[in-house]
Amino acid sequence: MKPTLLIGATLTALAFGAALLSFAWTPFDPSAISVPDRFQPPNASHWLGTDHLGRDMLSLVMTGARTSLGVALVAVGIGTGLGVPLGLAAAARHDGWIDQLIMRGNDLVFAFPSLVIAILITAVFGPGAINAIIAIGIFNVPVFARVARGGALPLWRREFILAARTAGKGAARISSEHILPNLASLLIVQGSIQFSLGILAEAGLSYVGLGAQPPVPSLGRMLADAQTMVSLAPHTAIVPGAVIVLTVLGLNLLGDGLRDRLDPRLTRAPA
Amino acid sequence: MSASFDFKYHGGAQSAGAEPPLLGIENLFLHIHGRQILHDVSLNIAPGEILAITGESGSGKSLTALATMGLLPDGALTEGHIRLGGKDLLSTPERALCTVRGRKIGMVFQEPMTALNPLARIGDQVAETILTHRAASRAEARLIAAQTLARVGLDPDRIPPSRYPHELSGGQRQRVVIAMAIALKPRLLIADEPTTALDVTTQAQILRLLKTLVCEDGMGLMMITHDLAVVSDLADRIAVMQNGRIIESGPARALFSEMRHPYTRALLSASGHRPTLPAPRPAPPLLKVENALRSYPGRRPSLLAPKAQHQAVRDVSLTLHEGERLGVVGESGCGKSTLARAILGLEPLQGGSIALGGRPVDTPDQRRRIQVVFQDPFGSFNPRHKVGRLVAEPFHLVPDAPKGRSLEEAVAEALTEVGLTPDDAHRHIHAFSGGQRQRIAIARALITRPDIVIFDEAVSALDVRVRARILDLIAELSRRHGLGYLFISHDLSVVRGITDRVLVMREGRIVEEGPTNAVFDNPQHWYTKSLTAAVPILPQPSGGGETDAGHPVP
Repeated sequence: MKPTLLIGATLTALAFGAALLSFAWTPFDPSAISVPDRFQPPNASHWLGTDHLGRDMLSLVMTGARTSLGVALVAVGIGTGLGVPLGLAAAARHDGWIDQLIMRGNDLVFAFPSLVIAILITAVFGPGAINAIIAIGIFNVPVFARVARGGALPLWRREFILAARTAGKGAARISSEHILPNLASLLIVQGSIQFSLGILAEAGLSYVGLGAQPPVPSLGRMLADAQTMVSLAPHTAIVPGAVIVLTVLGLNLLGDGLRDRLDPRLTRAPA
Repeated sequence: MSASFDFKYHGGAQSAGAEPPLLGIENLFLHIHGRQILHDVSLNIAPGEILAITGESGSGKSLTALATMGLLPDGALTEGHIRLGGKDLLSTPERALCTVRGRKIGMVFQEPMTALNPLARIGDQVAETILTHRAASRAEARLIAAQTLARVGLDPDRIPPSRYPHELSGGQRQRVVIAMAIALKPRLLIADEPTTALDVTTQAQILRLLKTLVCEDGMGLMMITHDLAVVSDLADRIAVMQNGRIIESGPARALFSEMRHPYTRALLSASGHRPTLPAPRPAPPLLKVENALRSYPGRRPSLLAPKAQHQAVRDVSLTLHEGERLGVVGESGCGKSTLARAILGLEPLQGGSIALGGRPVDTPDQRRRIQVVFQDPFGSFNPRHKVGRLVAEPFHLVPDAPKGRSLEEAVAEALTEVGLTPDDAHRHIHAFSGGQRQRIAIARALITRPDIVIFDEAVSALDVRVRARILDLIAELSRRHGLGYLFISHDLSVVRGITDRVLVMREGRIVEEGPTNAVFDNPQHWYTKSLTAAVPILPQPSGGGETDAGHPVP
């Protein structure tokens, strides 16, 4: 295993592990306010210190990671669930009107600045984690549609697809039986990259107050809360910032490593 | 032949007396990641000499060439010596090797489509070799490039150096690749399957060009090829490789007349192998193609003009009788594969009709009656599925397809029929060799008991001995089941052995048709004549009593 893949997998596993653990156990109650204990630097009882309300930073980061990862995961799920079938359909009807419709629709979504649309959605439907998920998810759809279509087009020209067509199979059946399994590696890699972008987007939305609302903890909002107190207690900003950076870095390294491992161009049998 | 050769390089390393070889490979061993690839390979090439290295895929012939160029993959360990004019290339550092490659050794690759940069003019690409070695100023390099291109047969009036690769045909591109290799008049030229990707008429021209260049410049030529007919036409000396060893080598004529090693004999007999076909008998027509027309929208000639139509198949009519073995030959791009796809119902026709037993091929049951075997044994299977599922795929066309136990039995029977075992159904496709995969492809084509199988270049990607066995299998199936087929190939000698009747296609039209032997022995159309004339001829083993080079076609 290459070091990048190993580091990526370790960081990702740590982030997921901490988020999952927070369901069962956190060192302190993340919502327990104790003003006398505020702004404690990292120490033996509060490993990552406390924030401006005296809440334990480690507990906050763990539950905050839960929100961030959850939002990003569901958003990637929306992106794959809608984008991949659209991309496969476009590839199956290459150059036909369905292809044109789907791909021009994609261009339309791509053409909007994503953060502005996310603000629009939350402004209309009110802020909250669910609306953040929808906003981020919508912008994942065209990405996955493009990747699926781009990966499927060369596959459609391969002889085993011709063989399947000779066997009388239709486009939908060929797409699900033959195209999709051969796209799996491509989609896993893209998924890990979109996942890290999703975390960043969630943090951004929460930072401007359009994501998860109090008392649900979120890494982005922790950053926003800390911003006025950076000079007073730098660890309140550094901790959530570092967690975001390390998680995104881990996912990107994981995606890179997976790409090296699973790249269909590298695993294809020698001709 | 080498009289004009100017031996001025590395004069000091030569011993007086006998002229040293230009290239001397001595006891070369090669390991890649611990696997032994080459075993004790020794070769010599004299100036002006053509040495052909031949053998099947995996025999190590290409890696011998790459070792000489110093272009071995990562993890390669070599022992022995490769001396070019006395200098050992294996102990030469990479930096110094860069001055050898392109300047002292030129290389021609197999695939002219990928060996050229699509975004650079051909003149600039040839000049690049010269400029890289700082052999001349920019203007001089241009001039040399233009002269070299003219020398390899690209007439500057018709194909000026300002053309881009995509504007040239495959043969012309290969000429550019050769021009790049010889621009600095290297002392050694290495050609790795230089004509394998080319049509037979182009192949003949390129071979003639290589021979002329070697004569004129006194270069040594190391020619890697799997095609014994090409070898015997061209080479002065031949080395036959198997499993990383040279098992036989010697002057071309002597080697072919003596054939000391059984492997060489097996290769030659497989190259000219003719399977025994049962005698054709009169039968009612089964498949009728009438005035088929297939055109694709091409480029717009200008911005507002309507798209030009590229006609891949023009007004083709053919009849295939029950149990008949019909060949279609022609060069790449002549429309033979498009015709096959149209018959399979994979491409719509713009005119004409295709009928199987009097009815169009549109219902599942009609489509069940025509199946296909494609060329590429590596590309025609979904790598994620197991063999059993792959073979059973055409059952999709059968309304009451067998399931469970009876499906397993049907798959087992199909696999047994093509010489594999029922257990193979549980393995993945990557566990099989090219020849075995082609057997699996035939099993897949046969599982619905079709009336016609289309073989679209089905043996073109196989080694000669494997090819001979697959041809025997096809003949056996024809004998056992009265199977009729359409055998599409660019290889005239294969078509000759496996078909009763043949169609010659050119630019989407059928230009000649008739009984296979009559057409090839006595071609009427000028195009058929040029095709048959260009086919390289296999040497006949004389003496030795080995006469199993081919059965007469009944």
